Amino acid sequence: MDFGIVELSRLQFAVTVMYHFLFVPLTLGLSILVAIMETVYVMTNRPIWRQMTKFWGLLFGINFALGVATGITMEFQFGMNWSYFSHYVGDIFGAPLALEGLMAFFLEATFVGLFFFGWDKLSKVAHLIVAWLVAIGSNFSALWILIANGWMQNPVGAEFNPMTMRMEMTDFFEVLFNEVAQAKFVHTVSAGYVTASVFVLGVSAWYLLRGRHIELARRSITVAAAFGLASAFSVVLLGDESGYSATHSQKMKLAAIEGMWETEPAPAAFTAFGFPDQEARETHYAIHIPYVMGLIGTRSLTTSIPGIEELERQAETRIRSGIIAYDALMHVREERENADPAETARFEAHSADLGFAYLLKKYVDDPREATPEQIVQAANDTIPTVWPLFWSFRIMVALGFGFIATMAYFFWCASFKGMNFPRPALHLAVWMIPAPWIAAELGWFVAEYGRQPWTVDGVLPTAMSVSALSMTEVAITLAGFVIFYTVLFVIEMGLMLKYIRKGPFQDVEETDAWVARHTERLAGRRNADATAMPAE
Amino acid sequence: MILHTLIDYEVLRVIWWGLLGVLLIGFAMTDGFDMGVGALLPFVAKTDAERRVAINTVGPVWEGNQVWFILGGGAIFAAWPPLYAVSFSGFYLAMFVILAAFIVRPVAFKYRSKRDDVRWRTSWDWALFASGAIPALLFGVAVGNVIQGVPFHFTDDLHTIYEGAWYTKFIGLLDPFSLLAGVVSLSMLVMHGGAWLTLKAEGNVRDRARRFGSIAALVAVAAYALAGVWMAVGIDGYRIVGDYVTGGPSNPLHFEVEKTASWLTSYSDRPWIAIAPVLGILGGLLTFLGLRAGREISTLLVSKMAILGVISSVGLTMFPFIMPSSSDPRSSLTVWNSSSSHLTLFVMLVATVIFLPLILVYTAWVYKVLWGKVTEDDVTDNSHSVY
Repeated sequence: MDFGIVELSRLQFAVTVMYHFLFVPLTLGLSILVAIMETVYVMTNRPIWRQMTKFWGLLFGINFALGVATGITMEFQFGMNWSYFSHYVGDIFGAPLALEGLMAFFLEATFVGLFFFGWDKLSKVAHLIVAWLVAIGSNFSALWILIANGWMQNPVGAEFNPMTMRMEMTDFFEVLFNEVAQAKFVHTVSAGYVTASVFVLGVSAWYLLRGRHIELARRSITVAAAFGLASAFSVVLLGDESGYSATHSQKMKLAAIEGMWETEPAPAAFTAFGFPDQEARETHYAIHIPYVMGLIGTRSLTTSIPGIEELERQAETRIRSGIIAYDALMHVREERENADPAETARFEAHSADLGFAYLLKKYVDDPREATPEQIVQAANDTIPTVWPLFWSFRIMVALGFGFIATMAYFFWCASFKGMNFPRPALHLAVWMIPAPWIAAELGWFVAEYGRQPWTVDGVLPTAMSVSALSMTEVAITLAGFVIFYTVLFVIEMGLMLKYIRKGPFQDVEETDAWVARHTERLAGRRNADATAMPAE
Repeated sequence: MILHTLIDYEVLRVIWWGLLGVLLIGFAMTDGFDMGVGALLPFVAKTDAERRVAINTVGPVWEGNQVWFILGGGAIFAAWPPLYAVSFSGFYLAMFVILAAFIVRPVAFKYRSKRDDVRWRTSWDWALFASGAIPALLFGVAVGNVIQGVPFHFTDDLHTIYEGAWYTKFIGLLDPFSLLAGVVSLSMLVMHGGAWLTLKAEGNVRDRARRFGSIAALVAVAAYALAGVWMAVGIDGYRIVGDYVTGGPSNPLHFEVEKTASWLTSYSDRPWIAIAPVLGILGGLLTFLGLRAGREISTLLVSKMAILGVISSVGLTMFPFIMPSSSDPRSSLTVWNSSSSHLTLFVMLVATVIFLPLILVYTAWVYKVLWGKVTEDDVTDNSHSVY
């Protein structure tokens, strides 16, 4: 197996997915914020809320275009670059992707056009419903994608079929209600809501600092702070829930995030700070907070959390068991229906560890011929590099608490200080705009890098998942994506900044004209024949 | 869960083979006219106002239309994982070109009219042209390759291996027959785009769309007929030999396959499938006449009929093959050995039966809301909110 192609394919996936996720969180959150603003407009009939809807809706549209465009890459890249993964787990993993298209993506994409083009063709309430359908569609998309991703973290409801040489679904509802997927879904959409809230807050703060669009900016801050505060609490709590579910499903990831090399007696302490040392297998200068890790990870004071070294020993045992599964599988694969029942039983007894035998494929074609040193090496491979996980996680959490504090402060000002915001706080809000993106990317890094060396935890190693492509092919597409995405990013940022600088002036004029037109149209409709306005 | 055994595995496979066709045809009928309008853009619209009219005829709907493409990818992944794994990695660089087009297109739609600069707008117009014409051509090229068989084989572990170096894998796709198939799909979608523009635009744009659309219709019919003749005399077919089960595990290596003289023997085995090519040719000719006569609504319908006929004729001719292997026929993917498991096919069918009709209903509603011509006045009046 060519190792270079694995690294290059991983790099391409990382680049394209992290780029995609620059746009997704804003889409998730801004779709809802815009729908909330339009709801207020429909309820109060005050034109300023329509101006807000139009203005933030325009920024939403610029962002949405790239989110959709870069999402297509993700949908196709599994087959292009990870064809063995696609074959091996497509029976389970493909279903949520297809369901996303059926249930969610069609909804948001069909109605997003009407959101922008339908102002003159729909009644107010119908247009509001369209705005909510876009928001619901976007958020449902996230649900299905996270069910797919959650299954890669915690592969439930499936088993290996020797006849087809792949994993097959045994229980759809286990896949659907996977606890990891559910916790990740709420955590991720909450992160999107925080992102959009920080974005709206920051841009509005910039207007206030320049004394522009005061009314619109104040109201926007109020909506963003209220929504952002609730979301920031949710993102931290559900992050904690993810940690709890990782205790059952991904012990190695949890131990690596913690820099916990040896199993500690329960309840384990939380390492707030330190320098993990992979070579020496210890964390230097660690500052421990007693009990906290045990409580987060197990919700009890008596259950212990295994450390990295204990997990490595368990992996070695499972590799040896996986070799037995592999040996029996070779027999069953050859003989098919005529397989010796004893061999079939032997395979079934060890099939849960088959993936661990595949870890050896990096070193030897036939895992049965692995030397003891190779087995030790493969067990060692199950330990991810600790320091990037350790630090990414801590920065993300610190930012999370920062969002709670900021949102709470602005919410307090909006509620009790008559929407008067002190200038230093406004400056902070502007500088904070990139923070949620950093937190979100770091969060995904922890989730995905922490899963290595697996694509599907305990089932399929990353090294085995790639397509049989040449380095040249992947290098061409990687270079293509990087150039292409950089150009698009520059264009996107240019347009965003242009429209933010321009501000909602156009929307003010347009709204005045539209309100007059709309009133006339509604009045006219009562007299004209019903077919003139088929939409209403 | 035992509910899924209510429907036989082989029946589910045939249903999902049909649904694969429904998705491809749905994609070609909806996003097809978006691509066609893109490919026609430099020919039908000369001034900026005309270009904006042409773009805004698809402005509110292209986004939803494009989901047919994404759903097609997702459905192939879910229902035919080996097909997804083999075809997407096998056509690697061609897929990248298509992806690039599908990434540029949304951005071009959204961003084109957001600046007044002439160079900015002209660049995006060319991007719209390329992102319409190139995928329209490449989809046909891919089908041409599938008809002839693709050089790949499976290892015992079902890893896919492709024969040949990376450049032959890419340039090799562009053989004469596949290019002809590319001409069929490009001209068919241009014809469809012409029919759409005739319905949604007025004046110069409409007149030019009628002219170029009717030329495309004739090219499509001629190229399609030529491809049929070529398949009769010069292209190998494939067939499964020996005993095989239609409801067994999805493992291509459990089958034996050999090449035959021509695919067209399926027309003597199943004469009724001749209805598909007849619909294709008849639809193309009627679209030509409709465009000439200026019959707007019925022209769009017969153009859809042509698409239905052409795409389904490929599937029906090759059945039960989905993607034959030219270098190792045993590795060929067929309806009987490259689907998902019984349970997954069932679960996905239940979801499709519920959601596909819903999608069709709300898509139809959106088209109804947007019914009517797009005029230059519309575009200038709403300069800020339209493309």
